[in-house]
Parts: sequence; C-alpha cells; structure tokens
Amino acid sequence: MAALELKNVRKTYGNAAQEALKGINISIDTGQFLILVGPSGCGKSTLMNAIAGLEDISSGAIILGGEDVTTVEPKDRDIAMVFQSYALYPTMTVRENIAFGLKIRKTPADQIAAEVDRVAKLLQIEHLLERKPSQLSGGQQQRVAMGRALARRPKLYLFDEPLSNLDAKLRVEMRTEIKLMHQRLKTTTVYVTHDQIEAMTLGDRVAVMKDGEVQQFGTPQEIYNNPANLFVASFIGSPPMNFIPVALDQESGRSVVRLQGQGERIAISLPMLQTALADGREAILGIRPEQICIRRGQIGDLPLVSARVQVVEPTGPDTLVYVEVNGVQVCCRLAPVDTPEIGSIVALELDVERLVLFEPASGARIA
Amino acid sequence: MADLSRSKRWSFNRIAIHATLLVACAVYLVPLIVMLLTSFKTPDDVRTGNLLTLPVDWTLIGWIKAWSTVHEYFWNSFMITVPAVIISTFIGALNGYALSKWSFKGSNVLFSMLLFGCFIPFQVILLPMSFTLGKLGLANTTTGLVLVHVIYGLAFTTLFFRNYYVGIPDALIKAARLDGAGFFTIFWKILLPLSTPIVMVSLIWQFTQVWNDFLFGVVFASGSAQPITVALNNLVNTSTGAKEYNVDMAAAMIAALPTLLVYIFAGKYFVRGLTSGVVKG
Repeated sequence: MAALELKNVRKTYGNAAQEALKGINISIDTGQFLILVGPSGCGKSTLMNAIAGLEDISSGAIILGGEDVTTVEPKDRDIAMVFQSYALYPTMTVRENIAFGLKIRKTPADQIAAEVDRVAKLLQIEHLLERKPSQLSGGQQQRVAMGRALARRPKLYLFDEPLSNLDAKLRVEMRTEIKLMHQRLKTTTVYVTHDQIEAMTLGDRVAVMKDGEVQQFGTPQEIYNNPANLFVASFIGSPPMNFIPVALDQESGRSVVRLQGQGERIAISLPMLQTALADGREAILGIRPEQICIRRGQIGDLPLVSARVQVVEPTGPDTLVYVEVNGVQVCCRLAPVDTPEIGSIVALELDVERLVLFEPASGARIA
Repeated sequence: MADLSRSKRWSFNRIAIHATLLVACAVYLVPLIVMLLTSFKTPDDVRTGNLLTLPVDWTLIGWIKAWSTVHEYFWNSFMITVPAVIISTFIGALNGYALSKWSFKGSNVLFSMLLFGCFIPFQVILLPMSFTLGKLGLANTTTGLVLVHVIYGLAFTTLFFRNYYVGIPDALIKAARLDGAGFFTIFWKILLPLSTPIVMVSLIWQFTQVWNDFLFGVVFASGSAQPITVALNNLVNTSTGAKEYNVDMAAAMIAALPTLLVYIFAGKYFVRGLTSGVVKG
C-alpha cells in the first residue's frame, strides 16, 4: 500500500493567473524517502505545505496511509515537519520543545519522558536538553528540530530544506546523518531541496519539479542516467551535462551526428537512434562530463573528435577540462593524471551508449 | 591623540549641542521644580516668596490637604485604568495575533479600517458614545468609562501587537499547528511568552492614555465616580476663598505620580519594545 499518494493535486493562489501546482501525481511506499527538487518558484514548497495541510489545495486528493486527508486539519494528519528555519519555540528548553507535541496530545508524563530520552539519545543531544534554542549552534538546533519531529512517531516526516542554513561542512555531515537515520528508522519521508546533490544522495525517489509540474519522477539513477527532458538533464548533475547542437543524419545505414572540434568533422554513430528519425533535423546532444575521456593514440577505427584545450580546472579528485566542440564549450571530467596542457590538441572519445538527444524547441527527449 | 580628543571635547559643535540640551532640559524641568517647591510651601510663603525660592518652612500641609480632597478620585482612576489597560492589551494581543498569523479574506482591509481608530479625535465620538452608553444602561458608571477606554485603546493595542507578531516567523505557528496546537494554545504557549516587550509597550501606552484622560472622564462620569484628572480640575478651578497654590501643586503631583512611576520602572521596556517592533516589523 502506498504510504503517500498525491492524485492530480492542483493549487491556484487567490486570483493568480498561473497555477502554482498543475496536477501533481506522486505515490511512494512506506519507508521510502521522496525528494522534491527544483529551482525556486517551482512549487515544491507549496506542495509540501499542501501535504502538511498548512495550505489548501484547489483540487485533487492527498491520501496518507490509505486515508483521504485532503480536508483534514494539519494537527490531525499525523505528520511532523522539520523547517528550514528550524522553528524551535524560543521560550522553551530543548526538552520542552521535543515534548510539546506529545504534551498537546495528552501523552502520559512518564511516556513523554521516555520518548524525549529515546530521541535525545538517538540524536546525541542529551547534554542539551535543559538549554534554550538561542544557546545552541545551528547544527544543534537542526538536531533538536529533527528530534521534535521524531518524538511523535508520525506516519510521515516532512523536511523543508533543512540543511540550507548550515555551513558547507556541517551540511555534508548532517546529510550523511539524515541518511543514516532513515536507513535505521525506515521512516516515510518527503524532503524538499533545491540542491541536486542532496536529491541524488538522499532520495529513494526523486521528483524533479519546474513551474508547478513534475518533470520526472524516478530513482536518482534513472533521473541521472535517463533524464526525461532537457530541464531535468541540465538541473541534475554538477558540473552540468554538456549540450551540443547537432544535426541528426544518416551515413551508410546508420544514424550519425557530426562533431567538429579542431580539424575535420567526425561522424559519431548513434546506436540508440532509429534511422527513421535521422532526417537531417536539428537536435541537442547531451553528454555528461564524465562520459568524455581523452585518448592518447588511435585505437582501432574508433572515431575521435580532436579539440583544443581552453581551460583546465583541477578540483582535486578530478580535473575539469574545457574544450570547444561545434561552437560550444564542452566540459570533460578527467582523472588528474590525464590532465592535458592548455592549448594542446586532444582526441576525445565519447561514451556513445549513454548519449542522449533532445529536441531544441520543446526540450523533449528524442532518444 | 591627546590633542585630537581635547579639540573634539571642546569643539564649538560640542558646546552648542550641550547648551541646547541644557536649555531643553531646563524648559522641561523648571515647571516641575516650581510645582514641587510650591507644594512644600505654606500658603503665606507662596504669597510672599519668589516662585523659584526654596520654601522658608518645609511643610506637608499642602500634600495632606490635597490627598484628603482627591484620594477618592485617585482610587477611581485606578478602578478605571487597571481594568481598561488589562482588557485592551489582552484583546489587542488577540486581535494582532489573529490578523498577523491567521490572515483571512479581508483581514488586511479590516486591519486598515481598525487603524482609523487611531486617528479619530476624542471629541468626535462623545455624542454617539454617550448615546450608546445610555442605551446599554452604563451612563455615568465606571464600567461605562472602562468600556469607552477599552474600545478607544483597541486600535492602538491591535496595531502594536499586529506589527510585533508580523516579525515572528510563520514557521513557528506552522510547527505548532503540526504539533497539534490550536488557535488559543498557540497564543498562550508560543506567542504570549515571546511578547513581553510589546506587552510592556501596550501597558505603558494605555496606562498613560487612560490615566491622563480628562475628556472622557468629564463627559462619561459624574460626581463621586470621576477620575482624578477631573477632580484636579475641579479643585484648581474652585473660586471660593483664597487660592491655595500649595494644595493645587501637591494635587497635580499626586495625579501625575502613577504615570511617572510607570515610566521610571518600565521605561526601558518601552524603548526596547518600540525599537524591536520597528526593526522586525
């Protein structure tokens, strides 16, 4: 049974001309970790607030654990939420913050105490229980906010960009911790973020959103390897996928694209593209930086594109090399030992099996 | 460094600023000093002496006589002020909370209309209000006067609290709602404990307004129910016998004392509350 099911959820604010949510359909199972990711203004926070019941939806249904909660008050939905600003009650101690929800629900005092202890131990905040939120660091506040959510053992956990107020180092630490926690507790979670790395690392399922629509819903690997359209391909991945303008042609019964760097145009055959589609039309060839490598010396009759190295950016674990192909800059991610010199001509080998093609106007996937 | 600081300390601007401040100080303080000195003089001393001289014989007869004349009205004022201040502050807090955190269709319009209350002169509402109080059977009662002050104060207290609560993050309210808290639980447990500065502002503002009010007091209360401001006026305007300036001054001091004390003890909250509202709101 689906733990959370969104059925054609639509939302229009007041007299706004455009819908904030244009019919969202998502379903996740118990214990799954769903990521809502997209640029700001894509409707991901609106959707989360709708799931929490903090905002009404215009039409559609929200089904939580088999029960339609579309018109149910937030407090009766059995949902806990971790906010970007943590939203800890400033006048209460950490203990009171964690216990607040239980107290409101009239849980017996000894149970509350036991639950606070369990959560505090889990999050290693036992020594902070008597402090006020203002006496805590950002990371500690973050833990308390998670503790407050965990204490109630709700059906669904919502995380609203919980890491975006932390510094870079702490963010990576907390990311791992959230993942660890989820693996241990198997809590059904919806997590909103604009950070594609968080989306890739944390999610079981990722919904990439833009302009109030889900562009693609799938596992992180599906979304990374098999993007549904140009937007998803450009949004997920860092450095982003390279997009090279090409024409789809045929050559001796195979579909090909021609790439030109420094020197002559080279025909690259596209095994995944039906020849019927290769009618000379314009297309955008997508290739990820790690799917390009540099060949030293000719091997067999593999066609190689030669190009001049323009910029070299060593990042440590790997080196980003920028070359020009078909008039656009193309990024290649190479092992540091492979680093070519600036200005030198290199032979590029493309991983043709993993190339993707998009239509230039609509951004839709061709193959 | 030494030269610099010396020239800074004695620059023309410095002297000008200090001189201006001293003059301003004198303008405000001299009347108060005259009042205090006069209140401790004997009637003979007042007639013969200069305004600014110290009393020849320090005496409390002025204060004693003033107190015996106005003490009933002094307590009247308390009976009017304390409930009016508490009720208007409480309702204002509730209004501000609802308007800022549970905005509904038309809540902004409602708030703007409520703000009009801040700009309506006292005189305008005298007739309709006395008509209303008469219909309610509250004419010439302390309850009626309290009601008038509560209604009149609501525009201000709502404004204070609404602007203060706008600065408190909505996420706090959302978190509490998901934790299962309702409208009043959130108000009592989350917002009110955060409201000390603005509660102080509201209390001080309302206390000063209600305590110092003369017009509503003179119109809506009569005889033994009158507040001290009205009683003071009656005392000073008595035309029979010799003018007892020492009694007048002592009575005026008695009338002014509570607001003065409120400022002395809660003034820092007043400034803090107002500025925090400004920065956040």
